[in-house]
Amino acid sequence: MSARLIDNRNRRVGLIFLGVAVLMVGLGYAAVPLYRMFCQVTGLDGTTQRVTEAEAAKVFVAEDTMSIRFDANVERGMPWNFRPEHTTDTVSIGARDMAIFLAKNESDHPITGTASFNVSPVQAGKYFNKIQCFCFTDQTLQAGQEMRMPVLYYVDPAILDDPDTRDLRQITLSYTFYAHEDE
Amino acid sequence: MATTAHPDHHPAHDDAHDLHSHADHKPSFFARWFMSTNHKDIGTLYLIFSIFAAIIGGGISGIMRAELAEPGIQVLGWWAQFLGGGEAVDFDQTLHLWNVLISAHGLIMVFFVVMPAMIGGFANWFVPIMIGAPDMAFPRMNNISFWLTFMGFCSLMISAFMPGGTGTGAGTGWTVYAPLSTTGSPGPAVDFAIFALHLAGAGSIMGAINFITTIFNMRAPGMTLHKMPLFVWSVLVTAFLLLLALPVLAAAITMLLTDRNFGTTFFDPVGGGDPVLYQHLFWFFGHPEVYIMILPGFGIISQIVSTFSRKPVFGYLGMAYAMVAIGVVGFVVWAHHMYTVGLSVNEKMYFTAATMIIAVPTGIKIFSWIATMWGGSLEFKSPMWWALGFIFLFTVGGVTGVVLANGGVDDNLHDSYYVVAHFHYVLSLGAVTAMFAGWYYWFPKMFGRWHSELLSKIQFVIFFIGVNLVFFPMHFLGMQGMARRYPDYTPAFSYWNHLSSVGYVIMAISVGVFFLNIIYAIVAGKKPAPNYWGEGATTLEWTLSSPPPFHQFETLPEIDDHAHAH
Repeated sequence: MSARLIDNRNRRVGLIFLGVAVLMVGLGYAAVPLYRMFCQVTGLDGTTQRVTEAEAAKVFVAEDTMSIRFDANVERGMPWNFRPEHTTDTVSIGARDMAIFLAKNESDHPITGTASFNVSPVQAGKYFNKIQCFCFTDQTLQAGQEMRMPVLYYVDPAILDDPDTRDLRQITLSYTFYAHEDE
Repeated sequence: MATTAHPDHHPAHDDAHDLHSHADHKPSFFARWFMSTNHKDIGTLYLIFSIFAAIIGGGISGIMRAELAEPGIQVLGWWAQFLGGGEAVDFDQTLHLWNVLISAHGLIMVFFVVMPAMIGGFANWFVPIMIGAPDMAFPRMNNISFWLTFMGFCSLMISAFMPGGTGTGAGTGWTVYAPLSTTGSPGPAVDFAIFALHLAGAGSIMGAINFITTIFNMRAPGMTLHKMPLFVWSVLVTAFLLLLALPVLAAAITMLLTDRNFGTTFFDPVGGGDPVLYQHLFWFFGHPEVYIMILPGFGIISQIVSTFSRKPVFGYLGMAYAMVAIGVVGFVVWAHHMYTVGLSVNEKMYFTAATMIIAVPTGIKIFSWIATMWGGSLEFKSPMWWALGFIFLFTVGGVTGVVLANGGVDDNLHDSYYVVAHFHYVLSLGAVTAMFAGWYYWFPKMFGRWHSELLSKIQFVIFFIGVNLVFFPMHFLGMQGMARRYPDYTPAFSYWNHLSSVGYVIMAISVGVFFLNIIYAIVAGKKPAPNYWGEGATTLEWTLSSPPPFHQFETLPEIDDHAHAH
């Protein structure tokens, strides 16, 4: 076999595997949207579910109750006072409930914030359904403004059928507000 | 079938003699060592580089063991001041130095000691020779790989002297977890550390492409895949792991860089990101990475055990495909490094079961080595001592690995010294022992001078006692609840920690013997014969002179089966 032929064969195999390496970089990036989809579908890591009014109307209400605890935080240094109106609520599983969070901008300029959310224990994430939430959109508070922020939610009765979660009688819903980068 | 060629039937046999004159024509010093395209010279460069990096990485563990010898803070303050150019440092900066030390120790040992020695050094030297090829497929790319790795090391060293948030240097751990590595560490130190990983990673990916192409395309006539020596098989599997795992790390750390510097939020909840995603990406690379470090060691040990038992390896095909199986399964067990991030019970069950399955092919390898020795004509030359040490130490590390594979047990042992003991038994004791085994197996072949067998055995005994004393007590400490990554501990842990630090000193003496042995070889080393280990050594490197001619196999060797048909 001539040296030239070997060179060409090597180049072809080399390029194929270079392509594999580039593909793997692409897969690394593709993991970002895939992971988000996976979390939303499975409720992994306490990702809560979002449902429409119509879906919520079809849910039956179980006899058992669930104690919901509310937790509110702001990013370090963000001049908002953010707290739940009541720290706990006891609701029937499947019944709709509204929780109110109070936020006050204690600075002298308007600030826009986004709330990230999570439930604990994380296994409850896929059964925690929000119909409306202030966390779905950005919130802007003028200097000194105070706002009541509602969350409309219910706990899916399917939580009682899942062996990992059927013993649960208490779920903590936690929010953390982050100031927008551009301010 | 692991044996491949017989000197008597070998046309290339004469390489060492007749072709010596023009096969040995070497370029000038600068062209030879700085612009090298010769796989043997590049292999030597990698080995020298690895030894150099090991002195720094091992020196850092010396500082760590000195600090941990007693409860309280001992030597860190002095070192923080020394490395900071003599300026006064506060207590937080002193403690930050600890984070910098553990990070640098891990990164150096993984990327700049074990990988360069195993893949860059031994594989570069012996893969082309063992398959009867004149050189690597892409000799120039081979050179780029080395210098990229070298520049990566420089970048990591620079990072140690850059501001890293709390103090000087990157204190993120070798895992560079977000958010500590993003919002938690302002300053250029972490950027330089990430850049070091990019450079070393790019070098390794190129190396992997080079090895795959070489092994697929450049085997001598008759050298089928199923006749390749097991060391070549181990490097082939390793190259595939590198090729599939390292680009994912490159993607993940690039996301870290843009999160740090360009306002993206891949791992930042503010913009809808998730720090746990970084852990998934990192360990999708990180778990195959541990096999990248140990598989070439498996290959080396297979060659040595076969040589000194004067038998082909027991169950050659099983051995080859056990490595393939370890490589494949190694890609689907990554989350066992992150049992405590909040995985569901089902996820933990899967990752526990998948992880334990790896013990099966690994067991095949251990038992096949023992079966190779069984009934063999054993000869206890120094590489065999190291190889036996490897089998024992790796088995200890493997057993604790099965313990840690259990999601429930890991909840308790996670980030404790039990984990530190486990991975040092498989890597620091396993991979490094395999490296020393390969070093003494091939040293006369590579450098054309005998080392002292006696010094090599003395080094083994001291090293074996030292490392076991360093790491075995860590099992107890971990089970008692001592957490890793802290420079201080409650006095209750002081007994075993003190013993562990004594073990470090013993280990350091064995390194002294190692260098003494190199000096012995330079000063008084005799010239070795082409096949100095005798009839047990049957792979192609033993058909060449020691050291091999600058260019080997200008006429390709023919591999035929008649020579060793049983």
